[in-house]
Amino acid sequence: MTDRTQNPERTDGTADAGTGAAPLLTLDRMSVRFRMRRGRYVAAVTDVSLALAPGECVALVGESGCGKSVLASALLGLLPENAETAGTAHLGELELLGAAEAELARRVRGRRVGLIPQSPAAHLTPVRTVRSQLQEVARELTGTRGKAALRAAAEEAAARAAFPADHLDRYPHELSGGLAQRAATALALVGGPPLLLADEPTTGLDRDLVERTVDELRRQVDDGHGLLMITHDLAAAERIADRVAVMYAGRIVELAAADAFFGAPGPRHPYARGLLDALPERGFTPIPGLPPELGALPPGCAFAPRCAHATDACAAVPALASGVACHHPVPAGTAPPHEPHRRHGPADAGEKQVPTQRTDKPGPPQRPESVDAR
Amino acid sequence: MPADSPPPLRLRAITAGYDRRVPVVRGVSLTLAPGEATGLLGPSGCGKSTLARVAALLHRPDAGEVLLDGEPVRGWRHRAPREQRTAFGVVFQQPRLAADPRLTLSALIGEPLRATGRRAEAQDRTGELAALVGLTPDLLARRPHEVSDGQLQRACLARALALRPRILVCDEMTAMLDASTTAALVAAVEDYRRASGAALLAVGHDRTLLERWCDRTVAWDELAPEAKPAPSG
Ligand code: SF4
Repeated sequence: MTDRTQNPERTDGTADAGTGAAPLLTLDRMSVRFRMRRGRYVAAVTDVSLALAPGECVALVGESGCGKSVLASALLGLLPENAETAGTAHLGELELLGAAEAELARRVRGRRVGLIPQSPAAHLTPVRTVRSQLQEVARELTGTRGKAALRAAAEEAAARAAFPADHLDRYPHELSGGLAQRAATALALVGGPPLLLADEPTTGLDRDLVERTVDELRRQVDDGHGLLMITHDLAAAERIADRVAVMYAGRIVELAAADAFFGAPGPRHPYARGLLDALPERGFTPIPGLPPELGALPPGCAFAPRCAHATDACAAVPALASGVACHHPVPAGTAPPHEPHRRHGPADAGEKQVPTQRTDKPGPPQRPESVDAR
Repeated sequence: MPADSPPPLRLRAITAGYDRRVPVVRGVSLTLAPGEATGLLGPSGCGKSTLARVAALLHRPDAGEVLLDGEPVRGWRHRAPREQRTAFGVVFQQPRLAADPRLTLSALIGEPLRATGRRAEAQDRTGELAALVGLTPDLLARRPHEVSDGQLQRACLARALALRPRILVCDEMTAMLDASTTAALVAAVEDYRRASGAALLAVGHDRTLLERWCDRTVAWDELAPEAKPAPSG
């Protein structure tokens, strides 16, 4: 479906995280496009290669509409009828994109891949207690039988998600936002899936709840789960991820260790740099222009119309090489180091939560010069 | 501020809510100085959005007083005199709930001009406003379901600026948006304020954002009279 000749080099992004373990999930040139009326196509995901190890969290970040949620749906076999896929997505020996729906329903969803949804309230059944939902899912997914065994399975999943046992007999509407999120996480854990997929788990939450949710998810990773977290919340990604994959117009444009990405030397792709520099704690400067439509992508690098570094070379789609897909990336190690940076983890959570009063307030944001010249 | 220039907006001991027995806002006072950007910081559900609606004359308080340029406000919503109502531009959190799905973005942006009988102006002014918020002309013919949340929120901001308000109220304007769109919308608000001198009330739950954006940021707890005397009013 896509022009493979432009990207002859295979880059599976297997580079590391240093866990050394065999990957749980391996995407190789995965693409998803939607067939529209009048023979048009929307290219939602293009040539994504990525590997995720047990005990590793990769944050897939990008603006809404960049294709990251379509990628999650594809892995769960939840794409609409008009979708066409290419490439492969291996979960161990099983190839997900070509798998039959019966296989996905019987062996994959809940058992090998747990979904942590964007809106826990919408994911929980309102008329049943948390306990009864956990027990039913345990019966369905793990074949657990017998009252005592089901009770134990539900309580164990609840404990792993830090859901308090004395709230198990409550209904979803009786739970705070934080507890509803933990109940949804417990439901994702009950079938014992090694891979967790979280789709914008922090959207619309207050900052302290974002941090708690993210820290709890990180605990699952430290317990050995692999977590692919899809988010547009860069602060949440910084807090949780081992590696960051930046998606723009359906492609991964940068794949980097989170420390290097959020700290020094910083991102190497101009879009990724722009995204970080837009944060209010950094430059607060927007990237000029708007993202392209996935149904009408420009030829060549999709970021070119917004990129200050674009040259004639950018008329060809850049391949992802050494973690960055750009003809003129910031050379590794030359970016100005950013203000001291701290990785996630409960140990420094307390310090991170206290915002320092700004004395050197840099003033209101300025509109960048337009670079929309080509 | 000079003694002869009253603050553009003053809220005095406002009590408001949806049930008189359980007000969500109790005795809150807040003053916006001319040209000043005030951030109001609080967790979700604390009542800050209700206060923002009172401030924008969209919700009648149960008690207390709103002074617009020193003049007490006597009517809310459609009962507010037009020159008071049109002093405000308001942007909410959820653009999909705030935009008529049948209108094109261009009609959406020009809505306040047509509603105030300035149809002739609407065409030119819509183009200007779209450019100010960074919307490209090809998007203006689309309807809300054909654009992203960020693009629709840009249109809602343009609509809020259509009548050149003296006071802008942004209630969690960027809570659903990515970092770049957030910075772009804030930059558009600040461009407008630099040119017009309008005051701003920005309501939100993100301290880093409000402190970077606004001249001063007050926490919701500080406004409640039981916590300590209100800083103003
Ligand atoms: S390939 Fe060219 S246009 Fe694309 S991000 Fe790199 S420099 Fe910019």
